[in-house]
Amino acid sequence: MAYDVTEDLEAFRTETRDWLEANCPPSMRTPMADDEIVWGGKRGEFKNPDSKVWLDRMGERGWTAPEWPAAYGGGGLTKEQNRVLQEELRRIKARPALFSFGLWMFGPALLEFGNEEQKKRFLPDIVKGKTRWCQGYSEPGAGSDLAGLQTRCEDKGDHYLINGQKVWTSYADQADWIFCLVRTDTSSKHEGISFILFDMESPGVEARPILLVSGSSPFCETFFTDVKVPKDQLVGRVNGGWEIAKRLLQFERSSISAGGFGGTGGSGILGPEEYAKIHVGTDSEGRIADGDLRGRIADHKMYAKAFNLTVQRQTEQAKAGQQVGHTASILKYGAAKMNQDRHELLIEALGTEGLGWEGEGFDEGAMKATRGWLRSKGNSIEGGTSEINLNVVAKRVLGLKDHQ
Amino acid sequence: MSFVLTEDQEMLRDTALAFVRDELPVTHLRALRDKGANGRDAATRQKLAELGFFGVIIPDEPGGEHFGLVGLGQILEAQGRTLAATPLLQTALIAASAIQLGGSKAMQAEWLPKIAAGETTFALALDESAHFAPLNVATEAESNGQGYTLNGMKRFVPGGHDAEMFIVVARTFGETGDRHGLTLFLVPAKTKGVTVQELKTVDSHGAAHVTFDDVMVGQNGVLGPVDEGADVLEPVLDRAAIGMAAEMLGSSEAAFEMTLEYLQSRKQFGQLIGSFQSMQHRAAKMFTEIEMTRSCVAAALAAVDSGKGDVAELASLAKAKAGELVHLVSNECVQMHGGIGMTDVADPGLYMKRARVQEALYGSASWHRDRYARLQGF
Repeated sequence: MAYDVTEDLEAFRTETRDWLEANCPPSMRTPMADDEIVWGGKRGEFKNPDSKVWLDRMGERGWTAPEWPAAYGGGGLTKEQNRVLQEELRRIKARPALFSFGLWMFGPALLEFGNEEQKKRFLPDIVKGKTRWCQGYSEPGAGSDLAGLQTRCEDKGDHYLINGQKVWTSYADQADWIFCLVRTDTSSKHEGISFILFDMESPGVEARPILLVSGSSPFCETFFTDVKVPKDQLVGRVNGGWEIAKRLLQFERSSISAGGFGGTGGSGILGPEEYAKIHVGTDSEGRIADGDLRGRIADHKMYAKAFNLTVQRQTEQAKAGQQVGHTASILKYGAAKMNQDRHELLIEALGTEGLGWEGEGFDEGAMKATRGWLRSKGNSIEGGTSEINLNVVAKRVLGLKDHQ
Repeated sequence: MSFVLTEDQEMLRDTALAFVRDELPVTHLRALRDKGANGRDAATRQKLAELGFFGVIIPDEPGGEHFGLVGLGQILEAQGRTLAATPLLQTALIAASAIQLGGSKAMQAEWLPKIAAGETTFALALDESAHFAPLNVATEAESNGQGYTLNGMKRFVPGGHDAEMFIVVARTFGETGDRHGLTLFLVPAKTKGVTVQELKTVDSHGAAHVTFDDVMVGQNGVLGPVDEGADVLEPVLDRAAIGMAAEMLGSSEAAFEMTLEYLQSRKQFGQLIGSFQSMQHRAAKMFTEIEMTRSCVAAALAAVDSGKGDVAELASLAKAKAGELVHLVSNECVQMHGGIGMTDVADPGLYMKRARVQEALYGSASWHRDRYARLQGF
């Protein structure tokens, strides 16, 4: 039996390799500039036309969501087959065909908690990149204490009526649909939350981008005024949304840590050691002349290596069927620290070269580093603050008790 | 693949964990200390030999199967948990590696079976100053026609007070600090001119200053290439650093578990102290560091066995991370235990003392950080 499985897997590899060879456009095998990232959706833009070809072909095959069932548009692959697919994609340095909160967060949660009709309705368009989703979680009065959310959802018989405000809604101004936490019962904190889906074009929905310290606007304030939502768009049971919300947060933290906030590199930006060599200079043996800075850069690089090895270890152990526990929280915490430390070192190594904002006179990579440094401050806040993640580790992993 | 143990390695790990738990608890080290044994323990050595722990990286036949450094790492991690003083790092890892990597066929045939059987213990006599600096060797080996004459002094030789054989790093050419000109020698501790000054150390494991005064060594005592001993020494030291990192990981885990237990039992202000957020966050950070260090140690052990990956870089990564970890966890262990942590009767202090020795041997965290940067070209 084992022999057959291996043989089948090798056949799958050959088939996959041939298909990728024929279908992955050459320009999709080059490093991706940030402005060529594909997020899909009705308003999705394709700066490079090849990225549309690549998305359509991968989406058609379900390989943007390789392990989702084929019945919902996914690739229907086994874990082993997906491993082969990822290896083959890496081998040709293929770009990800699609970046998507639908793929990383909402889809996995819907697969667990949605009913058949909902899965058939929503998942295929996520796979194909036709619908872009955003996450309606935080509110002005409910940040770390997420379960304190107040956005009201009233049962009006044949529909729900939603009133309230969300904040830090990533890309709400560009999303087609929202998965949203709403209050369906005010008498119980955690047991009064429901998980509901609706179209961002519904009357009464308004998204306003928030300008950050970095000058970018990845998040919005989102307002709901008498938004009517059909009743079949509530996932799970009424007042049963908190369980779904928590599970989805695990998917979110895992997807953040898998990417490490991009904390080990970024296009057009050199590493801190490279900038230090240029702007601080080196001694006769080629070492960064400032020994203290050099030591801190080495310390950071070792942390980053340890982090990456930990992601790799957990992936391998999970594949071998070993329990890896609540590791998403430690990795989320580590990813934030790693990316923030890296950017602090970049700015320190760049000196005044790292203090430009825009226009002529500064290196483009250096200005990216500057914006990235400012943006990175949010890493220990978004997706659960570092403090909340440490709480989760202390309580759920280490078993430490609350005050009695 | 590299992070998942084989079934055999898993069994070895279980055996080692059960052995240290049942036969070598911390009370055992305490008892040895109190009777002034300075880490010497013939009965434990006998049991380790019976378990086959001395021969974990030595195949029965040349080229045959063995558990690999990954296997030995599981044992060292286990002994680190209870601070056990054993000759395993010096003999089963360092001597077995040096002789396998550099020894002639005759030398391997003579010594490897004795190592595997636990018949002979070794110690690596390298450092000459208070800080790890493997090229700073002034001990001289002068050719005398039939062999070499050794003169010099080695400081703080781990296991040196209880070794039957020394692996001596000496200079056959050049100046202190030169990579070229080092040669390794096998020298029986009983050889005329060898003086062992036993040291009582803070961790109760003991060590020795060893002086070589016109010590004669035959040609058959040369281990590896003359003048290019660094080619053997460097990979051996990488392995030693990785082995010590595994031991430090074990010590950190045990000190952390002890701390966690205390946080869950000690009450102040009518509350378990583990319910205070200042304690919870520090505990969670330590746990994160343990998990990250575990990945580094596992990757380094596996890299030696597979021959894939950059062993030197991973060795420095593992030793530096484990050094910082054991320092942090052993100190937090004392602090979180409060006053009781300062007493001799409680165990936290033993972990803190042993940690300092573990940190210093085979390169401190700062030494390895510097090397990591050099290897990465900055």
